[in-house]
Amino acid sequence: MVDQLQMLNVHATTRDGKEILRGITLKVKAGEKHVIMGPNGGGKSTLAYVLMGHPGYKVTKGKILLNGKDVTKMSVDERARKGLFLGFQYPVEVAGVNMAAFLRVAVNEKTRGKKSNAKIVSPIAFRQELMEKSSRLAFSDDITKRSLNEGFSGGEKKKAEILQMTVLKPKFAVLDEPDSGLDVDALKYMARAISELDFPLGLILVTHYQRVLKYIKPDKVHILVKGRIAHSGGADLALMIEKEGYEKYQD
Amino acid sequence: MKNIKTNYKYGFSKPETETFRTPKGLDKKIVEAISGYKKEPEWMRDFRFKSLEIFKQKAMPGWGADLSGINFDDLYYYINPSEKKFRDWKDVPTDIKDTYEKIGIPQAERLFLAGVGAQYDSEMIYHSLKTQWEKQGVIFLGTDTALQKYPEVFKQYFGKVVPPDDNKFAALNSAVWSGGSFVYVPAGVQVTIPLQAYFRINAANMGQFERTLIIAEEGSFVHYVEGCTAPIYTTDSLHSAVVEIVVKRGARVRYTTIQNWSSNVYNLVTKRMLVEEEGVGEWIDGNLGSKKTMKYPSVVLQGKGAKGEILSLAMAGAGQHQDAGGKAIHLAPYTTSTITSKSISMGGGRSSYRGLVKIINGAKGSKSFVRCDALLLDDLSRSDTYPTNIVREQNVTLGHEATVSRVGEEQLFYLMSRGLSETQATSLIVNGFIEPIVKELPLEYAVELNRLINMSMEGSVG
Repeated sequence: MVDQLQMLNVHATTRDGKEILRGITLKVKAGEKHVIMGPNGGGKSTLAYVLMGHPGYKVTKGKILLNGKDVTKMSVDERARKGLFLGFQYPVEVAGVNMAAFLRVAVNEKTRGKKSNAKIVSPIAFRQELMEKSSRLAFSDDITKRSLNEGFSGGEKKKAEILQMTVLKPKFAVLDEPDSGLDVDALKYMARAISELDFPLGLILVTHYQRVLKYIKPDKVHILVKGRIAHSGGADLALMIEKEGYEKYQD
Repeated sequence: MKNIKTNYKYGFSKPETETFRTPKGLDKKIVEAISGYKKEPEWMRDFRFKSLEIFKQKAMPGWGADLSGINFDDLYYYINPSEKKFRDWKDVPTDIKDTYEKIGIPQAERLFLAGVGAQYDSEMIYHSLKTQWEKQGVIFLGTDTALQKYPEVFKQYFGKVVPPDDNKFAALNSAVWSGGSFVYVPAGVQVTIPLQAYFRINAANMGQFERTLIIAEEGSFVHYVEGCTAPIYTTDSLHSAVVEIVVKRGARVRYTTIQNWSSNVYNLVTKRMLVEEEGVGEWIDGNLGSKKTMKYPSVVLQGKGAKGEILSLAMAGAGQHQDAGGKAIHLAPYTTSTITSKSISMGGGRSSYRGLVKIINGAKGSKSFVRCDALLLDDLSRSDTYPTNIVREQNVTLGHEATVSRVGEEQLFYLMSRGLSETQATSLIVNGFIEPIVKELPLEYAVELNRLINMSMEGSVG
């Protein structure tokens, strides 16, 4: 059976009770690429956070299913170990925590999560994989020796999120504006890394811009307005939005 | 203690195991008994008497941690577990070896056991020194033994860096001190392997008053490492040590401490280095345990171009108050100091940075930089900063930076979104926070510290 992530009529509020998501229904299968676009304040980042289980949001109605299993109330780390990944719009800096060491702990946790006697990746094999994948993203210096996101440029932070994703090999990933703040070259490297994944991934890509879609061909494009999916379509929908804007969906 | 005989000439107890212990409380007779038992020279006995008077006169500090829980009359001031001094490891009694086993001295350090001084209760009972150091003229002994063997050099330096009237607890230590280490490094000698000592309080209501004296002659280098782990007691205990260090011209001394006293111990320690011209004095001071700690390692930069560095690490959990920091006194031109303090408070614990930078008139071209970072793990915990700068010279550079941060929801969410549990994520953040200090520690201490932090996170998170 092919992996499947579903949101069924998901309503979510902030801590102070403000409703942001007002009935999202979405189905993503492994290997598919979904793009979510929409005006500011429409709930795009909230959707990403809610999928990952951010404690600042409460799902008041509906559910999130991973391969049919309800994960709506599951803890953040458990969702991650089950194969969900969130690429942050603003990755968090953690001083003094070596990036390579951190990623190896994360990979081991995920491996261990599956089976109690699971084999843990050898440090050398892990190191090689990490080096190879970071060079594919054209990191200028050995980024993995640095502290996690600390002192990274905006572009390095965005690429580092993609690097983490390629190493952690999730089943489903939500990437929250991975393209914002990237120059053309960095955008190409990022898009290529996403297109050449060595594992099947169901992707939800949140973006403001059509330009990333030159490199990543979406299977579906969804327009998120005021906490609802106002319209869904194919790749050409993004092109149309670029020309016409969101106005006609703002009823 | 059972089976107490009364035939000791000072009228105090001496059980059949030949262990000598004074009764609870402190007066001139007790001090006399300690000095007499150790067969000390007259000058030391008089020094103790004088110090006792100062101790009685001095008021308790009116600042820092709350010390009202100390009852000086309810403490033992001297205990000696063994009359015999051991030089070979194989002669160390089994129960004492068991104690080390439980403390978990890392295997790697047994390589250096030839240089380890281990304190069991109040007395150095084991001392060995690597042959190469002996050839170099390095002296590494228990302080009591050093007083007997090297009375001249001892008298020249003892009580000079930290005089008894420095503060109430320095006076107390001066009156009843016992144990500790004496290190003498001749001119030009580089001691490449750190000298290490293990300390342990092991009897309830036992005050521990060790006294350490280190003299590094011109152009020499030594790194002294002490680590403490104490078992849990049911009643309060007092640890009040004095460490005096003389760094001669062009010499460098590094002194590393990790203290993890059990949570009922009052840890009140005076540590000071005198640094002469072009000398370097470094304190690395980690405070994890104890009920209350007051400890401000100091560098007195008295020669031109002298350097001082203080790295202070404090971790305060439930019921703990770590009042720690450092002092840099610039008495000569072109002296430099840096003080870096990192503190972690959790479970309602409180940590305070308290520091002094003093630059006198004439210490031109001197520089000092102070940085203190505090990390709070929850809303119950507390962190304060009490910096004092006294500058009497125009031509100086002085910097101070302070940050307070909380382990934030966003940081935890980020790390957990990669599959780490909340405990793992918190440990990672805390370990990352103290990394600048941990990387200065000998490897086995860094590993131990990491383990201790992970253990305490498991207790406080989730």
